[in-house]
Amino acid sequence: MLLAVRDLTVALPIGGRLVPIVESVSFTLGAREILGIVGESGSGKSVTSLAVMGLIDVPGARVSGSVRFRGRELVGLAPRAYRALRGREIAMIFQDPMTAFTPVYTVGRQIDEQIRAHQKISRTDARARTVRLLGDMGVPDPERVAGRHPHQLSGGLRQRAMIAMALSCNPALLIADEPTTALDVTVQAQILDLLRGLRREYGSSVLLITHDMGVVAETCDRTLVLYSGLVAERGPTGALFAQPGHPYTAALLDSIPPLHGPRPARLPSIPGSPPAPAERPAGCPFAPRCVYVQDSCAVRPPLVACGEQDVACVLPAEGRPLPPRFVSEMRA
Amino acid sequence: MVMSVLRRLGQTLFVLFGISVLVFLVFFATPGADPTARIAGRNASPETMARVRVEYGFDRPLPVQYARMMEKLFVTRDLTSYVNRGQKVVPEILEAAPVTVSLVSGAALIWVVLSVAMGMTAAALRGGWVDRGLMMLGLVGISIPVFWLGQVVNLVTQSRYHDSWLFSWVPGLGYVPLTEDPLGWFRALVLPWLTLAVLFVGIYSRVLRADLVAVQSEDFMRTARAKGLSPVRVLLVHGLRTSMITFVSLFGLDFAQLVGGGALLTEVVFGLQGVGRLTYQALSNLDLPLIMATVMYSAVFVVIANAVVDMLYLFLDPRVRDGR
Amino acid sequence: MTYRVGRGQVLRALDGVSLAVRPGEVLGLVGESGCGKSTLGRCLLRLVQPSSGRVVFDGTDITTLPERRLRPLRQDMQMVFQDSYAALNPRRRVGDLIAEPLRVHPAPGGGRRSRADIAARLAELMDLVGLPQAALERYPHEFSGGQRQRINIARALALSPRLVVADEPVAALDVSIQAQIVNLFMDLRDRLGLTYVFVAHDLAVVRQISTRVAVMYLGAIVELGEADAVLHHPAHPYTAALIAAVPEPVVRKEGLPPPLRGDVPSPIAPPPGCRFHTRCPVVRDRCRVDPPVLHALADGREVVCHYPLAGE
Repeated sequence: MLLAVRDLTVALPIGGRLVPIVESVSFTLGAREILGIVGESGSGKSVTSLAVMGLIDVPGARVSGSVRFRGRELVGLAPRAYRALRGREIAMIFQDPMTAFTPVYTVGRQIDEQIRAHQKISRTDARARTVRLLGDMGVPDPERVAGRHPHQLSGGLRQRAMIAMALSCNPALLIADEPTTALDVTVQAQILDLLRGLRREYGSSVLLITHDMGVVAETCDRTLVLYSGLVAERGPTGALFAQPGHPYTAALLDSIPPLHGPRPARLPSIPGSPPAPAERPAGCPFAPRCVYVQDSCAVRPPLVACGEQDVACVLPAEGRPLPPRFVSEMRA
Repeated sequence: MVMSVLRRLGQTLFVLFGISVLVFLVFFATPGADPTARIAGRNASPETMARVRVEYGFDRPLPVQYARMMEKLFVTRDLTSYVNRGQKVVPEILEAAPVTVSLVSGAALIWVVLSVAMGMTAAALRGGWVDRGLMMLGLVGISIPVFWLGQVVNLVTQSRYHDSWLFSWVPGLGYVPLTEDPLGWFRALVLPWLTLAVLFVGIYSRVLRADLVAVQSEDFMRTARAKGLSPVRVLLVHGLRTSMITFVSLFGLDFAQLVGGGALLTEVVFGLQGVGRLTYQALSNLDLPLIMATVMYSAVFVVIANAVVDMLYLFLDPRVRDGR
Repeated sequence: MTYRVGRGQVLRALDGVSLAVRPGEVLGLVGESGCGKSTLGRCLLRLVQPSSGRVVFDGTDITTLPERRLRPLRQDMQMVFQDSYAALNPRRRVGDLIAEPLRVHPAPGGGRRSRADIAARLAELMDLVGLPQAALERYPHEFSGGQRQRINIARALALSPRLVVADEPVAALDVSIQAQIVNLFMDLRDRLGLTYVFVAHDLAVVRQISTRVAVMYLGAIVELGEADAVLHHPAHPYTAALIAAVPEPVVRKEGLPPPLRGDVPSPIAPPPGCRFHTRCPVVRDRCRVDPPVLHALADGREVVCHYPLAGE
């Protein structure tokens, strides 16, 4: 197992007290696997990824639980040891490649910098590798692109350069935090294609953070659904999309307007909005918005097996799982 | 890049021309006041008046007057102060300028180095007692009036403790030219430098710290850390250069206005015959040619400094180069 | 309403666009960033002055109308923006924000609206957009993104407009909230008989709400027609590629179609011939030199392509 996260809890100080943003999140990621973490804004998906990277630097924040990377415990790891790991064995790409590159240096220089931070090689060798990486990422005329500043490139090229930088030291794990959200759909399709190819070409595992169920369906082997900082459901992507086990997953999928088949007169929507971390209910966090809510939801449900998935809901435990999802398979 | 530099130079020349016209008009073409009388000084004899009128072409149209004035300032350099017994104005300024430039450059070097060090340390140790201590120190520096500080320094080093081993090296007040005696130059100026720098160290370290703290939350700083770079490298390579914009703008303006005469108080306290002090004397004597010359001189510096700052931007931020 | 715009000096955000919005319809404007859909939306309300061409609203040419004569018409045309927070002054209470257009514009019979009339209208608007009356006393930051967008909609509806231009109104919202707002837009149209121009990059959202769809690429409309026809049987290769690129929340056994190559070219120097030819998967020689014009197909939709994929 490449990455095993168990009971990860991240608490940040808000208004004078520690509020758990992410609570008891557990998941595993195998070699050459793509795991999607989906959730709406405030679900704690980005905080989870930053915790794995050891990049939570809010003064007074507390990270507990266990993050094991290749058998090595990362929670509480000394900063120097973490630094040697970051960028070399675990790399990260971010949502907006415009703001994620330092604006005053050329893209090539920033990639060189990462290579040289982890390996003792000359400037010329580093640049040669940078250019090769850019070329591998499908950047046309990589030599010229390496000499350009971030603002001189298109969004798609910038994100390709970002991915090239992340892959520059051949990391075993790539964390991609909303890598396509700032991009147009046709460019998004290109970048997702690139990410899917990484495990083949580089043998990398990918942790893909996104809010877009469509991106998950097309890209990930397994999926973890977060709601309000807690795991709602996790399991193989195919099973999870075919028969969601958690009412939240089901409702979220239903609320996406379909691109094919008949148009619904009204979109099934979820009433209300997710609770703020400080106001999270003691029981199931989704209960106030759930159509299946009942008395037993007042106690926080543990993850139980339901089909191929693990679901944090009382329904499967009571032997009343949700029905399979109706999907119209009409495609042009 | 070359084009934008050339364009900026052209603009600079144009601005300088504009300022010279403006200054000329303010001093010599104010309606209802005879410039002749003002140049000749109070209680000038009719002969002097007549000579001045012919010499400056005040009986000719304005453009001619302007040309004559600029000629006297820049070409023949024989603009004469009548108040001050026929003293030539331009050489006087040229004599004072090295003093001021020496004073301000040394102080600038000190304040830049110290404030970058303080600002970076404070930003790196944000929230800790070192940060709070340094920023408090900066605030103290800002609040101390420079003339008071100078007087105290003089009191301590020139009289009270001058004979102690600590301050026996301090020379008497006044300037020693660099070309004559470099060590003497340094010894004469080191205390004025420090005195003048204190205020700016306070301002600049606080400005830099604020900008560095603001830049910490930028996405690219997180990327830099995610690359596995050391905190020092993240701060120095990725943070500092992007937060230098305010710093550089402030520096250009402050440096120029100090060289242009703004270091008056320090010059007076330490008995340095600089431009500031010259301006002050000219003002108290209503020595019009001298006032105009010093105003032109300081305007030149401010405009040039601004141009230099703009070029620095081009270097600091490639987005400016592309006009974005 | 006819509309034509174009010829900026350096950048033609829009180039020779003509379209009509019919009363009671929802016209969706889709396209990727830089295609000019937002600019077009703003031109319709004359928030942006077109450099040439005409915008005719209900028989009146508003392109050159002086602001004074435009003002009465502005009551009939309102806009809802993407960023629900930036559109609301954070220092004013929601009630004041929504009441502002009511105070500025005269009542239908002339003269100012009375305090009681405004209060009654505010209460009515809160009901319309599904917010509690107590919301009027609170400040914008106290609301979630979805609720703030409801406030923006209430403000846009205050003067009972006939045309509402919505610029990416749900793009910044989470999916579950997005569905609420899309439903609200549809309900309001049915109840108030509104006409929408709905600008969005999300094809699925546009299909859900629109009766007709205009697909834009590099400042020009490439395809225009009934929503279902355009999105189920696209005639323009760009429309087809756009639809294929949308990730759908369905796990498919078969492989994904190969994505469109390259980036959108710079609008400052659009390619010669067909604008899309640099990325078109079915490009032919003619497309590189001969710019196609908007023409109607047999099924009534219009397309800018020499070799449309469907409709003939």
